[in-house]
Amino acid sequence: MENQNTNSSTFMTRLYSWVDERLKINTLVEYMSKKAVPRHSHSIWYFFGGMTLFFFIVQVLTGILLLLYYRPGADSAYESVKFIVSEVTFGWLIRSIHSWSANLMILAAFIHMFSVFFTHAYRRPREMTWISGVLLLGLAMAFGFSGYLLPWNELSFFATRVGTGMAGALPFVGDFLMEVMRGGENVTGATIGRFFGFHVAVLPGIFTVLIALHLFFIQRQGMSEPLEWATDTKITKKYMPFFPNFILRETLVWLVLLNILAVLAVFFPDGIGAVHWPLGEKADPFAPPPPVIRPEWYFMFAFQSLKLIPAHVLFIEGELFGIIILSIAGLAWLVAPFLASRKPEGQVSHKLVVFGWAVVIFIVVMTILGYILE
Amino acid sequence: MKLFYDKIKRFFVPFAATLMICFVYGYAQADNCLECHSGWEDDERAPSALFPTDVHSQAGLGCSDCHGGNPDLEDMDDVRRSKGYRGIPGPKEIPAFCATCHSDPNYMIKHNPALATDQFDKYKTSVHGQQLLGKGDIKVANCVSCHSVHDIASPQMPTSTVNALNIPKTCSKCHSDAAYMAGYGIPTDQFDDYVKSVHGHALLDKKDLGAPACNDCHGNHGATPPGITSISAVCGMCHTLISDEFAKSPHKKAFDEMGYPECEGCHSNHLVLEPQLYWVGITDSSLCVNCHSADDGTIALATADKMHNSLQALYNAYDSAETKTDDADTRGMMVTDQRFTLKEVSQAIIKTRTVIHSFNADEVEKTAAPGIQTADKVYQAAVAKIDEYYFRRYGLGIATLIITLLAVMLYFKIRSIEK
Repeated sequence: MENQNTNSSTFMTRLYSWVDERLKINTLVEYMSKKAVPRHSHSIWYFFGGMTLFFFIVQVLTGILLLLYYRPGADSAYESVKFIVSEVTFGWLIRSIHSWSANLMILAAFIHMFSVFFTHAYRRPREMTWISGVLLLGLAMAFGFSGYLLPWNELSFFATRVGTGMAGALPFVGDFLMEVMRGGENVTGATIGRFFGFHVAVLPGIFTVLIALHLFFIQRQGMSEPLEWATDTKITKKYMPFFPNFILRETLVWLVLLNILAVLAVFFPDGIGAVHWPLGEKADPFAPPPPVIRPEWYFMFAFQSLKLIPAHVLFIEGELFGIIILSIAGLAWLVAPFLASRKPEGQVSHKLVVFGWAVVIFIVVMTILGYILE
Repeated sequence: MKLFYDKIKRFFVPFAATLMICFVYGYAQADNCLECHSGWEDDERAPSALFPTDVHSQAGLGCSDCHGGNPDLEDMDDVRRSKGYRGIPGPKEIPAFCATCHSDPNYMIKHNPALATDQFDKYKTSVHGQQLLGKGDIKVANCVSCHSVHDIASPQMPTSTVNALNIPKTCSKCHSDAAYMAGYGIPTDQFDDYVKSVHGHALLDKKDLGAPACNDCHGNHGATPPGITSISAVCGMCHTLISDEFAKSPHKKAFDEMGYPECEGCHSNHLVLEPQLYWVGITDSSLCVNCHSADDGTIALATADKMHNSLQALYNAYDSAETKTDDADTRGMMVTDQRFTLKEVSQAIIKTRTVIHSFNADEVEKTAAPGIQTADKVYQAAVAKIDEYYFRRYGLGIATLIITLLAVMLYFKIRSIEK
């Protein structure tokens, strides 16, 4: 037995040496083992970025598998998705995992973003990491919006009609933008072609570049240390090696997530409660819209706030007013590191913290109202 | 001043003259019949109150177009003495009264070219017409008995007494009145039977205008009860395939020879109920034993038994497939294809029930066979779905176990590293 172990260990060592000789991975391992991750009471938030990455990888893999059978077009989209979930071996599981993972990815990204915001990890010199992260969340939501229409069922058709119609409220470019998104005046088979193109080519391309940049920034700058470490000299700073300790912990989290994903996909293949994606009936542009048209949960706060705004605010149309306010708030959120940069190292901008909590409360309240008032 | 008067004259005189012409023309156009009658008829069912809603009024006709006389005259006595005055027709005169226009193609083409002009000719051949015009029996139906009077609506209108949905009620006004119908020697339970029938249920409850009302079997203006020989022809107008099957069957010749009614023999006439499986067979409740017995020297009961078994097998196959599909559905499996295929089995049931009227057991068995096979495929597909349901859960259990095991090992590895 001992002999066998020695043999296998020799084989692994020889294999490692063979690979190292060609790719110089020893240098990489050495670099990673020198990297350190701060250890403190809020270390748990460091894992949410990795969680988002895990769900993104799942999205890419399951998306490729769905692509093998999905056929875009008004006459084929619904039929192909139906074929995937009813005929293709494990097709139902792939679609279910893709849908669950999409929702969990956006949830993880939101938590990651707010944890970065409230731990002030966005501050100098990590402004570019913050901006790339916020843009990544925006792109993830665009993934959700474009993917929602692809099954071409009743609910997705009418939700997309409402969603793209909102873009039409923008001044000057509204109509043009709406037509570009729809591929015409109305949501038709041409819209599926566009959304499909965006979902599987344009967005993944941009997303991959941005995520590479985001990870590059993190690797170059390391994990942000708590704010008080800069000012309080009495605190004992603790660190753990990035490799293997942090990587192994991250892997453990990924395994737990994989388990959760598998259980959700098997027990709730069509989602649960407000987060659901039953295939239902095929989209019929001439049918009356269903009584409740609602977007995905992560768009609900914007959808609900636009619904609550009166028809006219001063001389501006209500919908346009709402879009302007939300856009200004989004822009302020994006440039938050620059708004906080005037504070000395180790101090926080209390106005920015209040703004952060206002955003959280606004999103939560509007989302809840969206589901209660429908 | 003169210039002023000239101006007044120039504008006022033509204006006054135009006003006068309009007034005189309008007065002359007024229908004096309605003017006077509405003055002293205060009943809401009075002719003058009803007539504005009448299809004839809406077509631009007035009272004098039917009743004659000069509507321009103000005095009623003058009207009665005027040329063409016809007054109120009695029941016996009504058909000819209406036929003045309705049997005149040259007149009707101007008002309603789509309307037939043979109603009076048909009426004369009907039982109603023969009773009224031949025997002078004024109790029987004339035009206004069914179409109403002064508030006549197009049959397409839901308010019309002869709209398809209202016809059973209209006919039943007389035919369900036992006292009124006394002396005619015909039953008065037709309406009660009809509302319980598949036809009545479809027409009155489901508002299915494809279902027959009284007139679809009995005719309308030529209303005549179908005779024994014509029953299958009447039913066959809609149930064409069944009629064809029956015509090929040994029953056709036997029924004709014995003077038995065809469809009515098993299905009744007004009380046509949903056919039941037990109707065909050899049990006491089956219809076949009403005429046939085991020792009647025919293969009738053997055929009935075989047909029953074929149909029973098809029903059983359908029920099993549907139950299994429901089971898979409640487990959250996608069964839309199975539900769609089940409709093919439903079609096979309808087809087999149609072929039963050939009374050929082999033919029934042959027709039922594809339906049974399809139902069996649906059943197997539903079983596969349920198996897949368990496979998913067992698969999940194993996958979860492996992942959990890996996670636990990793946890201990991390602990050992960090020690």
